[in-house]
Amino acid sequence: MSVQSPISSVNDFVVRFANVNGSGSASANELFARSILRHGVPVSPRNIFPSNIQGLPTWYEVRVTEESHLGARGGVDMMVAMNPQTWDKDVASIEPGGYLFYDSTKPMPTSKFRADINVIGVPLTAITNSTYTDPRQRQLFKNIIYLGAMCALLDMDPKIVEQLISEQYKGKEKLLSSNVHALHLGRDWALQNLKCPIGLQVKKADKVGDRIFMEGNSAAALGAVYGGATVCAWYPITPSSSVAEAFTSHCKKLRHDPETGKAKYAIVQGEDELASIGMVIGASWNGARAFTATSGPGVSLMTEFIGLSYFAEIPGVIMNIQRAGPSTGMPTRTQQCDIIACAYASHGDTKHILLFPEDPAEAFEFAAQSFDLAERLQTMIFLMLDLDIGMNHRLCRPLKWDDSRQYDRGKVMTAEMLDEPGRDFGRYLDVDGDGIPYRTYPGTHPTKGSFFTRGTSRDRYARYSEEGAVYADNMQRLVRKFETAQDMVPRPLQANATKPTKYGVIYFGSTAPAMDEAIGLLEARGHQLDRMRIRAFPFHSSVASFIADHDFVYVVEQNRDAQLRQLIVNENGIDPVRLVPILHYDGTPITARFIASAIGDHQDHLKVTPLRKAVS
Amino acid sequence: MTYIAKPKFHHPGLPKNDLGYTHRDYEGKISTLCAGCGHDSITASIIEACFELSIEPHRVAKISGIGCSSKTPDYFLGNSHGFNSVHGRMPSVLTGANLANRDLIYLGVSGDGDSASIGFGQFAHSIRRGVNMTYIVENNGVYGLTKGQFSATADRGSKSKKGVMNTDNAIDLVAIALQLGASFVARSFSGDKTQLVPLIAAAIRHKGASFIDVISPCIAFNNHAGSTKSFDYVREHNDAVNRLDVITGRDPITVDYAPGSVQMVEQHDGTRLALRKIDADYDANDRLAAMTFLQKHAAKGQVVTGLLYVDPDAEDMHTHLDTVETPLNKLEAKELCPGSSALDKINASLR
Repeated sequence: MSVQSPISSVNDFVVRFANVNGSGSASANELFARSILRHGVPVSPRNIFPSNIQGLPTWYEVRVTEESHLGARGGVDMMVAMNPQTWDKDVASIEPGGYLFYDSTKPMPTSKFRADINVIGVPLTAITNSTYTDPRQRQLFKNIIYLGAMCALLDMDPKIVEQLISEQYKGKEKLLSSNVHALHLGRDWALQNLKCPIGLQVKKADKVGDRIFMEGNSAAALGAVYGGATVCAWYPITPSSSVAEAFTSHCKKLRHDPETGKAKYAIVQGEDELASIGMVIGASWNGARAFTATSGPGVSLMTEFIGLSYFAEIPGVIMNIQRAGPSTGMPTRTQQCDIIACAYASHGDTKHILLFPEDPAEAFEFAAQSFDLAERLQTMIFLMLDLDIGMNHRLCRPLKWDDSRQYDRGKVMTAEMLDEPGRDFGRYLDVDGDGIPYRTYPGTHPTKGSFFTRGTSRDRYARYSEEGAVYADNMQRLVRKFETAQDMVPRPLQANATKPTKYGVIYFGSTAPAMDEAIGLLEARGHQLDRMRIRAFPFHSSVASFIADHDFVYVVEQNRDAQLRQLIVNENGIDPVRLVPILHYDGTPITARFIASAIGDHQDHLKVTPLRKAVS
Repeated sequence: MTYIAKPKFHHPGLPKNDLGYTHRDYEGKISTLCAGCGHDSITASIIEACFELSIEPHRVAKISGIGCSSKTPDYFLGNSHGFNSVHGRMPSVLTGANLANRDLIYLGVSGDGDSASIGFGQFAHSIRRGVNMTYIVENNGVYGLTKGQFSATADRGSKSKKGVMNTDNAIDLVAIALQLGASFVARSFSGDKTQLVPLIAAAIRHKGASFIDVISPCIAFNNHAGSTKSFDYVREHNDAVNRLDVITGRDPITVDYAPGSVQMVEQHDGTRLALRKIDADYDANDRLAAMTFLQKHAAKGQVVTGLLYVDPDAEDMHTHLDTVETPLNKLEAKELCPGSSALDKINASLR
């Protein structure tokens, strides 16, 4: 192997920690990421974990990125290899000229290393064992000791790490001082025994601004609090469980009556996903704002009820934190693979509204908005997150709330309205052409406004009917309602290339940061692309015009079957040839390198004269 | 069919209850079930119980699943909102509705297919949670709408109309409800309205999970010799342990009960239940004894009916969740939304 000069980079590199899950490494690794943030340098961390409690490999990747490229980059500049199980694969994944940090207590055969990387050995076990006797302490402090050594190697300010530790262990002085001690043990050893700093360095900057560092699931749950959700029914499933858990903890802080201490919310862990969505539908039917959080397998179980919501027109919100399917699939890996399953969930002719937030800030906004949409449109709203947004801390703009904002409770007829002379209440009567009828809450009026909600066909006054014309009239109205929804849901965002171009790209959700970065990489290769980020289904009319304005459009998504592309083709009658699928579906988050390479290669190919090819 | 309007005429001398309503105000559309169906008698008993309790009809939410029994909420309380939901899923829909508004009365109507087969899990978990509801299973041991298949409550050894012997063991929903902690458990027979009406009234007044299993013969598919859910069989094997009088707060006790012949139970809302004993040893406050009693009598082929268990100190789901007294669906943005200043603090904690 050729001799590589060591990678040299300030505030722009990727560190990956390879650990065994259940070893307590997660908090030390997160501390590392937060410390860099406190240097004023943006980071983008990602947890790559198994569906397991203890013993299997887990990785934590921190992309240090002064330029705020928050998508996954791909490749590793420095590997902190703490897991013998994955050693070979971990060592192989290091970029040429990169760094390998390992526990050198026991000598390793040279065959286990690579000649083109820089090996940094720290006898972590020896240091730990000579300092601590308790096995659990040895395990936990070993993590802090390697953090201390990293601090020296990357030239990080130890005061910043100490400050974070003190915030974390506020009021627990003993833990605080022992953690700080361990940090210095590692740092001092490295300073005395290694060449510090290495080529990768963290330098203080001012690039974080007022941004916050938050997980999408927690943000979506907070959006539900702000959006007025009072009922949450859920069933545990990775990667969505932390939505309900975050909703619980947000409510504990924000939703108790100051005088009585009583809860202004109800959270029920259902016996399964069917019960969870049943409770959501029952609560929404009765005038409360209700939601559930789940993932693909849960959506599959809920589909009968989702059809009821569509047909009987009952509001509800499902937060789908997508993971790799089908079946149990890869429960701890990310994908955008439930687009079709959610858009057309349930038997019969159905269509549902999907929202695609790109990050926690948008997850918060869309979650709050989803309750307005659900009640306005009287149907199920899917908030489509994925594991990448949901379970990783992401740097994003601060959350905002306009205090003058009112909840849109939709068309609800009150007792006073029912008593107005000449008022005609028909539960499924479209009085103003938008396809949305009025509803009443149970218990509204002693003699007026009651109706029998059912999943069977009925007429405009909610009376049972199997008349073909009556059925078709209702189904047509539901189409009209869906068209109304088009202008209510978040619109796509468009950004044009720096030079006029015949090519465009469509993307959505967690692909956004990688796409933004890829645009720069592609420009450097001479490819110009106009881009459109879709934020909701049904698609706004601007989607069709964007496609019409370009010779062809790439559709970048994280699934095998180009599901968003299928939906666009199906719903907008687009010639499929005009939409080129760019698909990433191995369960890892999509990267700018992948997008730039896939689109770049396709664009390069276009420059080959087809005639010459045909002649030869 | 249900779109047939029922005539509004009624006799001017029809009795009125405390709210000034007549029976007719508690009726719904004309039933579409078979003539003589046991379910129609249960419908009549629900109407009677609500009339006697002077309930405002629109304060009831009636929720059902799918099947013959689940159609019946359209045939009573026409001024109440009803929800004919999904097969076997009435309990979750009712639970959600109850979470949203604790002030309404929740009547869950289900059948044996709905609750003992497809919805067995939901039945069990709604009982476990102590949802404040009256859960009525109209139990005929057969799938009527799909023309006569056995249900999970059909007794082993009973015969279908086509002469097929049921070889599977039966699920006794009453036994399960007792085991799962239902705080009001009763069994009755659609052919015994005098027993059923006060049971429904007491269940509605009970604050907690009330469960009533009503044996309700299917006139079309399960009323033949060899069936254990036929009118004749249930009449012959009905073993009532008590008779119930429901005494609401204002009523003075006008009946003189012989000493030792009555067990009085006072519920949370002040309703007193006078249980006139038929079986002198039966104690309706003893869950364990009730379970043993049921098993012993079931083994002899007897159908034990009456108020089998009541816990006067029952708690409901809202007590467990410690929710505010105001129904959640009445809370407005100012009570629910923490506002921008709280959000600024949250932002600050995330830096």
